[in-house]
Amino acid sequence: MLEFLKRLFNPEPSSVTARERLRLVLLSDHLALAPDVVESLKADLIAVISKYVDVDAAQCDVTFEQQDRVVAMLANIPILGMKPAARAPRPAPPEPPPMIDAAPASATVADAPDVPDAAVAPVAPAAPKPRRRRRRRTGVNAAPAHG
Amino acid sequence: MHELREDPLPAAPPAQQPRGRCIVVTSGKGGVGKTTTTANVGVALAATGARVVLIDADVGLRNLDIVLGLEARVRHHVLDVLEGNAELDDALVSDKRVPSLKLLAASQTREKDDVDTNAFRGLVEKLRERFDYVLIDCPAGIEKGFQNAIVGADEAIIVCTPEVSAVRDADRVVGLLGERVKITLIVNRLRPALVRRGKMLSVDDVNAILRLPLLGVIADEPGVIISTNKGEPLALDANSPTGDAYRKIAGRIAGTDTSAPEIPREASFLDKLFGGQR
Repeated sequence: MLEFLKRLFNPEPSSVTARERLRLVLLSDHLALAPDVVESLKADLIAVISKYVDVDAAQCDVTFEQQDRVVAMLANIPILGMKPAARAPRPAPPEPPPMIDAAPASATVADAPDVPDAAVAPVAPAAPKPRRRRRRRTGVNAAPAHG
Repeated sequence: MHELREDPLPAAPPAQQPRGRCIVVTSGKGGVGKTTTTANVGVALAATGARVVLIDADVGLRNLDIVLGLEARVRHHVLDVLEGNAELDDALVSDKRVPSLKLLAASQTREKDDVDTNAFRGLVEKLRERFDYVLIDCPAGIEKGFQNAIVGADEAIIVCTPEVSAVRDADRVVGLLGERVKITLIVNRLRPALVRRGKMLSVDDVNAILRLPLLGVIADEPGVIISTNKGEPLALDANSPTGDAYRKIAGRIAGTDTSAPEIPREASFLDKLFGGQR
């Protein structure tokens, strides 16, 4: 009876806990063991953010932290100021899919050839495909920041 | 030793296989059963007639000889050979039970850092010319002892128990072995009853993470402990299901057994009641 009550209130078998803990710890391990990947991710992040604001690339810090049930990426990117071009028209990125007013986005097409990509970026920042494309394009922007 | 000198080593392996295979048995974590696995897989391979040499690379913590029951016959060890203080043929210990099996024991009084990596590689190369299989019992850890043990191997057997620590370490070792080495997996010490009750990682759970070709699964059963007590590897016991599992693993390594690895089943009530072994 006691066993039954215990199971009722704690239904997750320990093997499931073990599986989940392993998944998280290995994710952290793999990130820690692939510094080149993290560096490349950091460079891409800076490049993307630099399109909107001027950042202090030298002071940027990207770390990973294992939290309760996720591995979180913590990015500390000091912002020096707004980019004049990005100030007004571009809509804030958090909820891009239900894009009703597509007009403002297309207004900046002049300086960014593939704007649709930029709108998608915040939705799936970790997906490898868009990352590569962004990297190629924003490499130009990132260059002065590094220099 | 005497019979060894009279009848030195087997002639060169058959023409279609000019060099023997070198397989390192490794895990990262200690205490998961590398030595027991090396002993049993080696014995099972040799029992089919293949020429097998087992090298204990765990210098300073020599154990393969005692698990095999050959501890009283060791006269020289691997460092004696590497440093030119003993002839290879004198250091290879024969096993009366399986004539085609030889053991090269580790030194108990030396340290892993004493082993010269290039000399070890040379020794492995030499042995590959004379044996069908060179099996290396790797020490735990990923330091010099591990690096030496893997230097001459182009295949690796990862031994992993269904525990978070063992899986994590195995994952690390897989990364260190790199693309050069062909890696397979043995899941050791599985307790089917615990898996059924959701209290132990299953073979699928382990291999969902490691993603390696599965060579076999060994149950956590008293027979394994009893066999090491006696120095009689289970692979020699025709009646032992675990011995059978080791023989099948040997068959899969040799390519003669293409059956999928079986997951050990729970011991029945009668098995528990009359669990015959002592």
